[in-house]
Amino acid sequence: MTPPTADVMDATTPAPLRERPPASVYGPVAWMRANLFNGIFSSLVTLILGFLILYGLYGFIEWGVVNAVWSVPRTATGALDPTSCRLVHGLGACWAAIGDKWRFMLFGRYPYGQQWREALCLLLFIGLYWVSADRRFWRRELGLIWVATLVVIFTLMWGGVLGLSYVAQDEWGGLPITLILATFGLALAFPLSVLVALGRRSTKLPAVKMLCVVYVELIRGVPLVALLFMANVMFPLFLPEGVNIDKLLRAQIAFILFAGAYLAEVVRGGLQALPKGQAEAADALGLTYWQKTMRITLPQALRLVIPPLVNTFIGFFKDTSLVLTIGILDFLTTSKTAMADPVWQGVSTEIYIVVALVYIAFCYTMSSYSRGVERTLDGARNR
Amino acid sequence: MSGQTIDPRLANARSAPKRKLNISWADPLFRSIVWQVLIVGVVIAIGWFLITNTQRNLLVRHIATGLGFLSNTSGIPIAETLIPYEPSVSTWGRAVVEGILNTLKVAVVGIVLSTILGTIIGIGRLSKNWLVAKVAAFYVETLRDIPVLLQLLFWYGILQSLPAPRAAMKIGNAVFLSGRGLKFPLIEWQDAHSWALVAFLLGLIGTIAWNATANKKRDETGVKPGVWPAAVGLLIGLPVLVWAALGAPFVVDYPALKGFNFVGGGTVTPEYFALLLGLTLYTAAYIAEIVRSGIQAVPKGQWEAAGALGLRPGSVLKLIVLPQAMRVIIPPMTSQFLNLTKNSSLAVAIGYQDIVSISGTMLNQTGQAIEGVGIIMVVFLTISLSISLVMNWYNARIALVER
Repeated sequence: MTPPTADVMDATTPAPLRERPPASVYGPVAWMRANLFNGIFSSLVTLILGFLILYGLYGFIEWGVVNAVWSVPRTATGALDPTSCRLVHGLGACWAAIGDKWRFMLFGRYPYGQQWREALCLLLFIGLYWVSADRRFWRRELGLIWVATLVVIFTLMWGGVLGLSYVAQDEWGGLPITLILATFGLALAFPLSVLVALGRRSTKLPAVKMLCVVYVELIRGVPLVALLFMANVMFPLFLPEGVNIDKLLRAQIAFILFAGAYLAEVVRGGLQALPKGQAEAADALGLTYWQKTMRITLPQALRLVIPPLVNTFIGFFKDTSLVLTIGILDFLTTSKTAMADPVWQGVSTEIYIVVALVYIAFCYTMSSYSRGVERTLDGARNR
Repeated sequence: MSGQTIDPRLANARSAPKRKLNISWADPLFRSIVWQVLIVGVVIAIGWFLITNTQRNLLVRHIATGLGFLSNTSGIPIAETLIPYEPSVSTWGRAVVEGILNTLKVAVVGIVLSTILGTIIGIGRLSKNWLVAKVAAFYVETLRDIPVLLQLLFWYGILQSLPAPRAAMKIGNAVFLSGRGLKFPLIEWQDAHSWALVAFLLGLIGTIAWNATANKKRDETGVKPGVWPAAVGLLIGLPVLVWAALGAPFVVDYPALKGFNFVGGGTVTPEYFALLLGLTLYTAAYIAEIVRSGIQAVPKGQWEAAGALGLRPGSVLKLIVLPQAMRVIIPPMTSQFLNLTKNSSLAVAIGYQDIVSISGTMLNQTGQAIEGVGIIMVVFLTISLSISLVMNWYNARIALVER
């Protein structure tokens, strides 16, 4: 005999009266008792922390909204008159400074009339990241998309062709520089790091392995600031007389070498985590080393390390700000330069907050993407 | 009889025949040798190219190589010094040592503070208290996503914009916080204090020894003799006694406003304060995540089993969970310590004179670029290696003993 199914039950017996559980185990009061006021110590911590948060929030709203100056009037000559900002200094935020300075912060000293080109570059960069993040585009053509986009970006930045006026490289600045440093750094450091990781895992080429170990450990042992320094003062010594590479390129090279060493360790971790049987099976099939690596081990290894790779990317994205120490006009440097404007004297916290929000937007997107990928990969593995 | 037994099957086995190298592309050994010679050759060629260029450039610029310049007078002022330093007399070598000490000063204090703060936040994120968990999560997610350099500049900006010494914020009439930094009273150091310090160190050794004996006794009898009374006596009583016996000198040097600045007392400069604050808060966010994942890596059954054995919550954490969590925590923690030390080089952006900043000045003024960068690299490689060694030793000590 089959047990009665649900609809049979519903048809014959009246539905039981749904009683709400008592308020002591259900509802906001019970939730608060369990999660906020569970014991004397917990209640005390909640009260103190709650007070501090409300106090801080109150202070921030008072500073950032209530007392804030959102715009300033212009004087007869057309210059901005920051008197109202000076009056509330220390009591209220001067968001008017951001309104005046945001283009300088984003685009640096790029010719004002041509800044749409840099803005277009920003959009292209973001589009490129968007496409690269989508698993539907993970195929060989993605490489072509990257090359094409980067060529377009450089054409836009430099100009001199297609009716675009030429803009010298030392006039570039702002957020595009940050993105150029990060994107080119990673685009070139990544292949380098794969080669180094393979070299370091190599058993048949001890001399190459040695070179890779020395490279990785040497770079990881010193701070990026020191490498940038080196790029700034030692590159001119290394090169033949008369040859001069510009500052941005030097920093870019230092950045590629730096990122290459860290990424190599991540990739190596993936190669190590792969079961040995995969490589042995490929050998047994008679595949050559490169067939084995490109078709069997590397794709699996890279898939394993996507989350740590993205975390390393986030780290490098933040680390591009270090070029401030050698005077390259990236986003942080232009923003800091904007603070030096005598009109907006004393406006620094507001600008720092805006810059931090931009960085947070980029990094948070990347990290939540990484978490998403991790979940899908875990799901695929636990199937 | 020797401990080694020989597999009887191997006794008569022949060793593998010696491989002969074939000069042919089909021989893997030949191929690998060719590749290695090629790659190493290219690296050497690039290196040689760079070195000859450098030599020629140095010749053109009339820069003598070598570390001889380190004994020349430096002439650069250093704001914060741990050992006596006089710009007009002291040498570049001395300046470099000051730089190394300043780096260590920030790195060591930063590592200790960020470990404490990070552990608190990491445990806070696992708290049953909803508010505490959310605040900790917010802290971690926000601070990790802002470049550390931006944070340093932000704190430095805030510390600099504090009121002038005349309008300093103060606690009592002893501690002052102004745009010139934090001023606090200092005890005038005398011989009695040195002896008290020696007594404290002796007491520390005594306490550790007594604890070891007590543990041994516990293993034998099951009852552990009290350690606290002895520890208090040795760590507090002994130094106080020594200090009192030497006349109990106690002269406090209070900072006082004189003209436009403070005189006397101890100082924490805004540069050091900002650097320490920024590095500590930033690294603590990472350490918090490491601590959290370490504790979560301990299976729930361990908590429950320990509870079932009747251990109190504190003992469960101390005796069961933390020793297991430590094994997961230590390796990533080591790399965070290394990161903090390397990030301390960002001091150069806010004008704290660490080794990178001083070497930078040196290399600009003397033109000794290679030596300057070489010094930076050697110093950081040494520090990194030392931290790695200490942490690896600790890691080996707490590692799972598999039998």
